Amino acid sequence: MKISTRTGAIATVAALSFLVAACSPSNEATDDPTTDASTNGGDTPAELSGTLIGAGASSQEAAMEAWVAGFQAQHPEVSVNYDPIGSGGGRTQFGEGATSFAGSDALMDAEEYALAAEACDGDLGAIHLPMYISPIAVVFNLEGVDSLNMDADLIGQIFDGQVTQWNDPAIAEQNPEADLPDAAITTVHRADESGTTENFVDYLSKASDSWPYEVSGDWPNDLGESGPATSGLIQIVNDTTGSIGYVDASRAGDLGTVALKVGDSYVPFSAEAASAAVEASPLSEGANGENDLAFELDRTTTAEGAYPLVLISYSIACQQYDDANEGALVTGFLGHIASAEGQQAAADAAGSSPIGDSLSSRITAILDEIAAA
Amino acid sequence: MTTTEEDARAESAESSLTARKHSIANHTFAGISTGAASLILVTLAAVATFLLIEAWPAIMNSGGEVHDRVDWIDAERGESLVEIIGFLIFGTLLISAIALAIAAPLSTGVALFISHFAPRKLAAGLGYLIDLLAAIPSVVYGLWGAIVVIPVLQPLFSWLGQNLGWIPLFAPDPATGTVSSTGRVALSAGIVLAIMILPIITAVKREVFLQTPLLHQEAALAMGATRWEMIQMAVFPFGRPGMIGATMLGLGRALGETMAVYMILSPGLSYSLAVLQAGQHNTIAANIALKFPETNSSGVSALIAMGLALFLITLLVNMTARWVVSRRAAFSGAN
Repeated sequence: MKISTRTGAIATVAALSFLVAACSPSNEATDDPTTDASTNGGDTPAELSGTLIGAGASSQEAAMEAWVAGFQAQHPEVSVNYDPIGSGGGRTQFGEGATSFAGSDALMDAEEYALAAEACDGDLGAIHLPMYISPIAVVFNLEGVDSLNMDADLIGQIFDGQVTQWNDPAIAEQNPEADLPDAAITTVHRADESGTTENFVDYLSKASDSWPYEVSGDWPNDLGESGPATSGLIQIVNDTTGSIGYVDASRAGDLGTVALKVGDSYVPFSAEAASAAVEASPLSEGANGENDLAFELDRTTTAEGAYPLVLISYSIACQQYDDANEGALVTGFLGHIASAEGQQAAADAAGSSPIGDSLSSRITAILDEIAAA
Repeated sequence: MTTTEEDARAESAESSLTARKHSIANHTFAGISTGAASLILVTLAAVATFLLIEAWPAIMNSGGEVHDRVDWIDAERGESLVEIIGFLIFGTLLISAIALAIAAPLSTGVALFISHFAPRKLAAGLGYLIDLLAAIPSVVYGLWGAIVVIPVLQPLFSWLGQNLGWIPLFAPDPATGTVSSTGRVALSAGIVLAIMILPIITAVKREVFLQTPLLHQEAALAMGATRWEMIQMAVFPFGRPGMIGATMLGLGRALGETMAVYMILSPGLSYSLAVLQAGQHNTIAANIALKFPETNSSGVSALIAMGLALFLITLLVNMTARWVVSRRAAFSGAN
C-alpha cells in the first residue's frame, strides 16, 4: 500500500515535471512579462526548492497525493514526501523532529504537545490546522433499502448487540416507510486502530445515553465482524447482506447509508453538513494559543443541517522554523492545502468536505504569520 | 649436476607450490563456510537480543506504564499484557493446529501418490505444480481466501453450526444462535493456512518417500504384501523422521503466517474453542501487523514482547521436532 502510493506519487511527480519542463519555455517565450508578474506578485515565492518531509494519518493519503501533485506542479523544484504511517506514528515522528509537519486524525495530548514544543524552534511550540474534513457514513447492506433514519442511541444499541434484527421495533419506529426484512444484523467494525473508529465511538459516547464504552481508536467490544483498514471493512459489508458498518463517506459507494438524528430532523451525510458541524464546534480547551485550531467537535449539536459524525484530520506544524527554507516550504505547502484550489482537489480526489472560506482564510493568515516570523 | 637431479628438484618445487596453493584454497573455503555458518548463529543471536531489549520495557512494566500508555490494553476492563499474549498464543496454536490437522494427512496422500502411485510423467508434472503452489505469495492467498474461499465456506459453516452445534468446536454464538454470517472465523483461516503449508510439507515428504531403499520395498512385495502394506511396512517406518520434520516445517510456517490471517480473520481475544464464531481468536503475527501502524512507543514494545513469545514458541516447536526425530531415528529402519 505504502509502496504503491509512493511509486504512484513518484510517477505523478515525474509526469508533472515532464509537463512543466515541456510547457515552461514556450510560456516564457510568449508572455515573459506576465509570467514574471505572476510569479513575483504571487502569494508564495517562486524559487521554492528542496524536500519537504511529512508523515502521519493515512486518512489524508488520497487527498495528500492530489495536494502534492498540485504543489509540485507550481513548484517543480520541490519534492514533498508524505509517509502515511498513521496518526500516532506521524505525531511521534514530528515530536522527535524527524519531519517538518505531521498529519493526524486526533489531537496531540499534553505529553505530545510538550515533545513537539521541544522539537520545534522557538518557544511557541506546535499547532493544529484542520485541513481535511470528512463525514463518516454509517453504511449497511440491505436489499431494496437505500437509506434509514437512526438516532445515536439506536446506532449504539445495534453496535452493542442489543438490537440484533433488522425488523426490530426500535428501527421500525424511526423508519415507518422502510420495508425492513426479518434478518439478523451483522455489525462490522475496524480491526485496526483508526481515526474513523475513534470519531465514530466518540459520536456514540457523546450523542447517545446508552453507549457504555470509553473512547479510543480501538473498537471497544468483541461483538460482530471486523476487517483491517477501510477497504477490509467495505469488502465485508459489500459481501454480507444484513451487515452494517461505518466508513469514510467517500468510500460509501452504492451501499445504503444512515441519516442521523440532529435536533428534530434526520440529516444524511454531505460535504456541507460536515462543514456545518465543524463550524458549530468550539476550539479544544487544551489548545496551544489562539493559532492552534484544535476543534472539540460538538457531537450533540442541534444546528440545522449539521452532520456531527465527522472526522477532522489536521496538519500539525511548528509556529517557528529557524531554517528559512524549511519554513517557506511548510507554509507554502500547507497554504496550498488550505487554499480553495487545494480543498477542491481533495474533494475531487478523496471525497472530503472543503473546510470553508472563513476557516481557510484564518489558516492562511496563521501561515503568513509563521512565514513572516 | 645431472639433468635428472634438476628435474627432480624442479618437480619438488612445483609440487610444494601446488600443495601451498591447495592449502590456501582449503583454508579460504573453510573460512568462508565457517563464516557462513556462524553468520546464522550471529543473526539468530541478534534477533533474540533485539527482541529482548525492545520488549524489556513492556516485560518489566507489565503492571504499570505500559497499561496506561497503550490504548489497546484496556486495564480498566481487567486486561493485562500477559493476558492478551495468552489469548494470542492460544489463537496462534489453535489456528496452526487446524491447519496441520488438515495439511498433514493430505500432504502424506499427495506425496505418496507422487512417489509410489502416479505414472512417472504425471508424477513429475504434479511435483512441479506443487512446488509452484509454494511460490504463491501469502498475501495472494490472503486475498483469495478473503474474497473467494470464505463466501464458499460460509454456507457449509452455517450447516455445521445448525446440525453439529453440540460439538464445542462448531458451537454457534449463544447470543444470536448462529455462526458467523461472513465466515471470517478461525476455521477459515486454518483451512487457507493448510493450503499454504501443503506444498512445503508435500515436497519434503515426497523426497523422503523417494529415498526409501528399493531393497526394503522389493522385500516387502516379495513377501506377498500389497502396495499399501508395502508402504506401511517399508516406506512409513523409513520415512517417519522425515515426515515429522516436514510437518514441523509446515507448522513453523503456519505459526508465523501473517498476511493471510490478517486478511481472513475477524480478530478477537478469548480462549474459546468455537472456531465458527467471529471475533474470538487472533494470532500473534497478525495482531502485530494489525496494531503496529498506529501504536506508540510503549505499544511497539508490547508488540515486540508478543514477537518474543512467538519466537520462543517457534524455537520450542523446532526443538521438539528435533528431539522427536532423533529419538525415532534409531527405529526407522534407515540404518
